[in-house]
Amino acid sequence: MGIEQKLGNMGIVTARLEDVVNWSRTNSMWPMLFGLACCAIEMMSAQAANYDMSRFGMELMRASPRQSDLMIVAGRVSRKMAPVVRQLYDQMPDPKWVIAMGDCASCGGVFNNYAIVQGVDEVVPVDVYVAGCPPRPEGLIHGIVTLHEKVRKEKLTQRS
Amino acid sequence: MTDIREVSVDELRHLVSERVLTGETMLLNMGPQHPSTHGVLRLLMELDGEIIVNCIPDIGFLHTGVEKNMEAKTYQKAEVMTDRLDYLNPIGNNLAYCLAVEKLLDLDVPPRAQTVRVLLAELQRISSHLIWLGTSALDLAAMSVFLYGMREREVILDIFEMCSGQRMMTTYVRPGGLWRDVPVEFEGAVRNFLALMPRRLDEYEALLTKNELFLERTQGIGVISAQDCLRWGLTGPVLRGSGVPFDVRKARPYSGYEQFEFDVPTQTAGDIYARYLVRVQEMRESLKIIEQAINRLPYGPVRSNNRKFVPPPRSELGVSMEALIHHFKLWTEGFSAPKGAVYAATESPRGELGVYLESDGGPKPYRVHFNTPTFANLQALPLMTRGRFVADAVGVIGSIDIVLGDADR
Repeated sequence: MGIEQKLGNMGIVTARLEDVVNWSRTNSMWPMLFGLACCAIEMMSAQAANYDMSRFGMELMRASPRQSDLMIVAGRVSRKMAPVVRQLYDQMPDPKWVIAMGDCASCGGVFNNYAIVQGVDEVVPVDVYVAGCPPRPEGLIHGIVTLHEKVRKEKLTQRS
Repeated sequence: MTDIREVSVDELRHLVSERVLTGETMLLNMGPQHPSTHGVLRLLMELDGEIIVNCIPDIGFLHTGVEKNMEAKTYQKAEVMTDRLDYLNPIGNNLAYCLAVEKLLDLDVPPRAQTVRVLLAELQRISSHLIWLGTSALDLAAMSVFLYGMREREVILDIFEMCSGQRMMTTYVRPGGLWRDVPVEFEGAVRNFLALMPRRLDEYEALLTKNELFLERTQGIGVISAQDCLRWGLTGPVLRGSGVPFDVRKARPYSGYEQFEFDVPTQTAGDIYARYLVRVQEMRESLKIIEQAINRLPYGPVRSNNRKFVPPPRSELGVSMEALIHHFKLWTEGFSAPKGAVYAATESPRGELGVYLESDGGPKPYRVHFNTPTFANLQALPLMTRGRFVADAVGVIGSIDIVLGDADR
């Protein structure tokens, strides 16, 4: 195994604190169990046996925003729902990330009308956009892996 | 846009009893973000201890403005919106809309297209019921059924993807037929599914039907009488679970359902367990229909030859000037439907899904309205939950099989 060679005789691994923190954040990122519309069904598929999101340390969907790190906005956000989405985001503890899953959450999708918020980034800051209507589970997983890459590059001093 | 207004108890006075004001009962808000509300349903519950005194559903968190948006699109383009209404039943929605358009235009549909439509609609019914089975069993703490259900759903979605290129929002059924013919691998894939599914259904039943814990949580809970069902206009498995054998596929057959042999499963208890049994039995009946459909799938065209409403095949565009003109006209300004109003009803996995379509003679619908089963069935939620525990409300919501996209539109 690779790690024994790095340990040497001392039993010590040297690494930057930033790398260790970001590594732990990426590998146990808990998404919030929060579905809005069609994309939520594909999000469920991504959780289930065939796609198995737990391979990326994300099997634990928390129903409470207080226990989650990642908000996957899966589906269209209506004007009535927007304040709720914002409140859920505010209730999440830092550090927190947002994935806009699907076209509706990213830009309004096919619904360019009075009822739908044209992209959830009007309400909460979005880290990764996943295209598709709805995106395939692979698409969502790609979005999550992209987010992990982003988190790995984050500076600890950037977040206040 | 992001402000939340606090509502005082005084403002809710018309919804709650006097006992709330004295502090004897408690108001509890459930949702819109709650794992067991299957989307974004909000419930305002008045509780006496753990007993539900009243439960008021608050819908509209997924109001999408589909009906209004469709008025701004031509008949063909509007169909794309129908997929996203009841997102567990996209092909059924397409079918209901196309039936309405065909009724309005008096358009013929070739037999092959009709049979494929029935076949796909039944596959969609099974996939929808699988999601229902998985999520509602998950709410009652049976995790494994969810994983198994999603596994079989993938097999169905693979068939849809094979036909249309999309897993969920297929828009495969089009006015006058289908988008294109099914691929050659289709028959093999369907037969593979037919061979696999009955065994898997037995597996689910082995996990739930005689499971002591499941029975405790479902039998005698959320009871609604046949009379109340009729009074509130409930349809689908909820109605059949109360003993009324009403199914649109039998009562007013569409798309050639009259040629298929199948039973309408009913139960008389009217509780959560009865609805569970009805749905599981329905999946078996759907398998019967699929088997008959694949065995007698006729050969022939899959689109009507009426060039005024249905685009010509691609191969003709290079050689026929007339075909090119039709193609151009149909994809730019669309077709104009005659003046009038029609209603077409189908049996969605949740109940009667009807489309009301009004035309003013132009290329865009004047008014589209969806008569959706979830909207009707959700009304009965207070009736089913009154006097029960909060935990039972979770099971009842699951048993109605709500899809908020369907209720809010």
